[in-house]
Amino acid sequence: MDQLPLFAESRVPWTVTDLSRFLRALIESEPLLQSIWVRGEVSNFSRPKSGHWYFTLKDRDGQLPCVMWRSTAELQVRIPQDGEAVEVHGGLSVYESGGRYQLYVDEVRAGGDGALFLQFMRLKEKLEAEGLFAAERKRALPPWPKRIGIITSPSGAALHDMLQTLSRRYPLTKVILAPAAVQGEDAPFQLTDALKRMNQFVQPDLILLARGGGSLEDLAAFNSEKLARAISASQAPVICGVGHETDFTLADFAADLRAPTPTAAAEMATPSLVDLDTALFMLTQQLLRHSPFSLVRRERQRLDEVSLRGARALRQQAQVLRSAFSGLQASLAALSPHAVLERGYAVVSKADGAAISRVGQVAPGESLQVQVSDGRFGARVEKED
Amino acid sequence: MAKDKLIESLSYEEAFQELERIVTGLEAQVTNLDQAIQLFERGQGLAKHCSAILEKAELKVEELTEDGDLRQRSDEA
Repeated sequence: MDQLPLFAESRVPWTVTDLSRFLRALIESEPLLQSIWVRGEVSNFSRPKSGHWYFTLKDRDGQLPCVMWRSTAELQVRIPQDGEAVEVHGGLSVYESGGRYQLYVDEVRAGGDGALFLQFMRLKEKLEAEGLFAAERKRALPPWPKRIGIITSPSGAALHDMLQTLSRRYPLTKVILAPAAVQGEDAPFQLTDALKRMNQFVQPDLILLARGGGSLEDLAAFNSEKLARAISASQAPVICGVGHETDFTLADFAADLRAPTPTAAAEMATPSLVDLDTALFMLTQQLLRHSPFSLVRRERQRLDEVSLRGARALRQQAQVLRSAFSGLQASLAALSPHAVLERGYAVVSKADGAAISRVGQVAPGESLQVQVSDGRFGARVEKED
Repeated sequence: MAKDKLIESLSYEEAFQELERIVTGLEAQVTNLDQAIQLFERGQGLAKHCSAILEKAELKVEELTEDGDLRQRSDEA
């Protein structure tokens, strides 16, 4: 490339090789051309003994020579046929000895998606115009769902992932599964029907609608108009978790919340056990801090230390937290007012119930209440000491 | 404050929320010692109850049939 200015200014002719090299360097330095998708029709497909694939990608007015090296070709599940519509991915370069540019293909996929995608866009626009996907239709999720409805295939990995996640995060909930096919001709009907039955018979706090990832064709059921309408009509909020990172389905748009995977959907649906433990631990600390007993107040500093240690621990894991918590329970039991009274202490209060902690609070002749471990009795102040 | 309900009959959410109210009540300087003791003891019971629920919790899974009935599902979680 560095030679270019020299040659360009000169009348000295380039060699063919130099020109080819120059063009090759030019094309290969353009990132846009090094990772592109091209769609067209396969023609002149050949697979010589070398194991590499050679074919031409055509459309009405153009042709693009394509190569797939054996290392990649060997991994392909199916071999493209002449006349087949495909989309190929790869990087563009120049084949110097042939004097032509060509695409070095590393991925081939069926090209039928084009028409499917158009259909998807049209339907999406229509439902959007009806307000089905409007932000103000999205409902808040209950923070502590008691019952969660799951709609998915009873045999898929998605169900397994969701149950595991719920069991780990929030086993306080109850799961009701409405099985439905998630792909195939009958899937839109089954999914829609399951959603309706779930709302009619179960009325869960929220619904997880999920399946594992797949091609646009596999996800067709989640792009059906019927299902999108059923989701937006659902009484319980719906979290849609279809395992695909980039493409959105109509079900995603219609749902109250969209998750990238079934596992993520289950996570969004629930608080985690660790969070609950933490909250309970903190609250118990607060309770102790406001104990009415002065003895507890004297112990407060010690408990604060326990609390700090506990707080650090619970950031790490629930198990550690639980043991810290039960330690606290023990301290709490030891500090119970009954335990104190059992040891011979008494609570002395005025007739109006106000506890007495200072001599100045009483006057000679005044009647007082004394509480001991098994009951209370009256007493009278004789004189100040 | 609803003290009439038996602690054992409360759900986690109910028990936790009542515990929150008790702590708030104790923070708001209860003058009556008896009342403070009662609140404190109730709070202690609630905390124990919550902790026990978390310890024992196990995910329950049921299946909704075509007819709208619920049936126990052999667990696979």
